[in-house]
Amino acid sequence: MQNTDVKNREQGQISELITVNMGPQHPSTHGVLRLIVDLDGETIADVRPDVGYLHRGVEKLAENRTYHQFIPLTDRLDYLASLSNNLGYCLAVEKFFDVKIPERAEYLRVILAELARIASHLVWIATHALDIGAMTVFIYAFREREYVLDLFEIATGQRMTSSWMRVGGMRDDLPEEFFKRLDKFLSILDERVDSYERLLTKNRIWLKRTKGIGYLSKEDALSYGVSGPIMRGSGIDFDLRRDEPYGIYDRFDFEVPVYEDGDVYARYLVRLKEIREAGKIIKQALEGLPEGPVMTDDPRVAYPSHEEVYEKMEALIRRFYIVSKGFRPPKGHTYGSVEAPKGELGFYIISDGDAKPYRLKIRTPSFVNLGALPEMSRGHMLADLVSVIGSVDIILGEIDR
Amino acid sequence: MGVMEHKFSDNILTTSVDGLVNWARRSSLWPVTFGLACCAIEMMAVGAAKYDLDRLGVIFRATPRQSDVMIVAGTVSRKMAPVVRKVYVQMPEPKWVIAMGSCATSGGIFDTYATVQGVDEIVPVDFYIPGCPPRPESLLDAIVALQQQIKTEKILRK
Repeated sequence: MQNTDVKNREQGQISELITVNMGPQHPSTHGVLRLIVDLDGETIADVRPDVGYLHRGVEKLAENRTYHQFIPLTDRLDYLASLSNNLGYCLAVEKFFDVKIPERAEYLRVILAELARIASHLVWIATHALDIGAMTVFIYAFREREYVLDLFEIATGQRMTSSWMRVGGMRDDLPEEFFKRLDKFLSILDERVDSYERLLTKNRIWLKRTKGIGYLSKEDALSYGVSGPIMRGSGIDFDLRRDEPYGIYDRFDFEVPVYEDGDVYARYLVRLKEIREAGKIIKQALEGLPEGPVMTDDPRVAYPSHEEVYEKMEALIRRFYIVSKGFRPPKGHTYGSVEAPKGELGFYIISDGDAKPYRLKIRTPSFVNLGALPEMSRGHMLADLVSVIGSVDIILGEIDR
Repeated sequence: MGVMEHKFSDNILTTSVDGLVNWARRSSLWPVTFGLACCAIEMMAVGAAKYDLDRLGVIFRATPRQSDVMIVAGTVSRKMAPVVRKVYVQMPEPKWVIAMGSCATSGGIFDTYATVQGVDEIVPVDFYIPGCPPRPESLLDAIVALQQQIKTEKILRK
């Protein structure tokens, strides 16, 4: 989509670029992203993202906390899908110990992580549609999201920052009410996604604002290292859940949506499909859900249960020890990654044998995906920049950490 | 009413200036669309169908120039602090500030080199909402409390 202005500039007819500031308090930058945009007329010549407005020093905080104490901080990275972050972090720490997680916990983890994916994608479609001007979708998507948040609240007591996964399993089992409501939610999910599709998929305004906008070729997608729906929207068939399965994802039958177009519209289709597929995975997980404990009995990481603590002195001491001092993984390093709603979320932990990580590096999908934003928006009109930012689905908590 | 009754023709109501102005102010509190972190998502949820801020006359405006309230929803980092301050200064009087969530109130769990330990270090705050993030009901409560506060304000001073 080369605009005439760009051609004119190449021929030396227009020489001056206008530099415009966008953000960090701009409502459409999804948080506190700041963009410095070089404009050639109304066409974008270059975009330079300026990050760091939500830098909270999470990685530094990790070095001063025990492994369990860091779990609440992972919630606040990608706060739309906090349970996915919990999962990624716990998987990374569990690699140190090679802990075997009880079957029921594995299934519950999948259910919660996929629900988090649905919640995250619902916020994405709500805000993205709102940016482009479709207010109704925002109201609809938030209605369904409230449903998911109610489920989280029943299960964990918190709507967003749930901190429910632990190293070695789950904090606790989920109540009966959760499963009843979940069944009801799954029965309406597909139909509700249909209603978004009716509003958007063939909507002429939507097509005009998304088709052919924010193009990212397959090669560029690979070289920028983008992951998640953006990568799959550019025609790369890769999903960690299927290709490098963690947990028990290899037991489920689901489709990985891939579209070749590489534009905003393709990413929209990928995410909508992912909501449906997440529903499918949850259904399968509910069918296979076994009974049993949700926390491993591996004494190196697991808290002894309350019953044990009341009866045995050793259990009381061990619980006290783990809570106050934390457990000590062996020296070494580990990397655990999950397919978070935004892409590959990885935790790289270096341990020096102490109860606190020596260094913890978080590979967040939004940060890497944002790197491809200049490539995607170059040559488009300024008004389309909002559409492109929306399609990247950034979360500043994750980018700035 | 009392003494004033039947002194005027029909369809005329009498009230005090304070009563009228405060009624207008509290019934159309427009917060500036300004999210910082996690709490901003809850703020959006309050604006959406289930909690429906519109029924309180609260409508989000995308510019500080047309806003009355700033809901500081999220962690204020040292890099962001001047921007928050600037948005506040850009708002016309009268203006109120609600600090939403632990981070805006006191820095919350992010006691680091990078975060401002409470937004009251840079702007005057009228209401603090605890929670990480606070429940939508808490935000509704703060807005209703703010409306009650506006009710008691005096417009004319000696």
